[in-house]
Amino acid sequence: MYYLANPNRFLRLSGTVLPWCAGATVLLLIAGLALGLFVAPPDYRQGESVRIMYVHVPAAWMALLVYSSMAAASAVALIWKHPLADLTAKAAAPIGACFTFIALATGALWGQPIWNTWWVWDARLTSMLILFFLYLGYIALSNAFEDPARGARAAAILALVGFVNVPIIKFSVDWWTTLHQPASVIKIGTPSIHASMLVPLFLMALAFTGYFLTVLILRLRSEILARKIRSIQLARVQG
Amino acid sequence: MKPKRRRLYFVAFGMLALGTAAVLILTALEENIVFFYSPTEVAEKAIAPGRNFRIGGLVEENSVKRHTDSMTTEFNITDLNHTTPVTYRGILPDLFREGQGVVAEGALGPDGVFRATEILAKHDENYMPPGVVEALKKSGRWQEDAAE
Repeated sequence: MYYLANPNRFLRLSGTVLPWCAGATVLLLIAGLALGLFVAPPDYRQGESVRIMYVHVPAAWMALLVYSSMAAASAVALIWKHPLADLTAKAAAPIGACFTFIALATGALWGQPIWNTWWVWDARLTSMLILFFLYLGYIALSNAFEDPARGARAAAILALVGFVNVPIIKFSVDWWTTLHQPASVIKIGTPSIHASMLVPLFLMALAFTGYFLTVLILRLRSEILARKIRSIQLARVQG
Repeated sequence: MKPKRRRLYFVAFGMLALGTAAVLILTALEENIVFFYSPTEVAEKAIAPGRNFRIGGLVEENSVKRHTDSMTTEFNITDLNHTTPVTYRGILPDLFREGQGVVAEGALGPDGVFRATEILAKHDENYMPPGVVEALKKSGRWQEDAAE
């Protein structure tokens, strides 16, 4: 962490990692989609609608993972003031918002044929919608100040406060009665998903993680370079 | 104390306080956060007739009676301890069948029958190809979602 916190070192290292990361994402995505959409069997009760799961579930996992890493980066930024931590949190936010939106949208598409409704205000769906608004609020707040340092500080505090919502989303289906089914994979005991469906699910989860890392590195690099240009321009104006 | 250490304690204490506040709020609001009551809770709470709420459980085996002329369906919702009779007029979800988890919205009538205005199917957490289900049924290891 300390080693990578130097922006120049990060630029050099991420430059070599980036093509590998992007390549792995493309391969995993092709494999996961091919297995999930064509090879995996239909479900005994949901039929072909089960295939929505291969996008919905990894997207929802990523929504929580990205928010958690955003909160962790914000804590590091507030406490240790590492130069890259604020940038990381800020770069991750739009990616997490996209994953949350995908989870909400695909969930609605699945809910209509299976539950007989697009949307209900149960604890899981509502807490997930709150997560989406937390992402949007974070993006808005971090851009709301003239001074980027003040914006980053305010947004970091919001990210930490909003982290309370993450365990609520995860355990909502256990703590309260919900229309949403309880966890099938990340739970105590064996997964309640057949192995033939679990493989494409994990491939898609890895592909989405790879996508997140690729876009995060791209966004971080461009942000670091933009700041360098700004400081060079400032120096020229003053010099 | 070094400023770094002070900020660390400040953030840690802040998160702890926030977490405690969240737990207290959610505990206080539990009645409003639950999506449905089970038939046992409905029996215990003695909910007044006419008050709108949701009831959830399994459709009891051999309890579904369809009146084809009026689109009315009668069935029992059970949590294997208590059973509530339900009537519903309208189109049922595709997944509706005996043994399936359902959530019904509506109100109790004066006769104790739940008059549903909407029926939602509740899917459980099991995902399986049809062939596996057949094999499980054949070997006698198949359990109809008994403990919802």
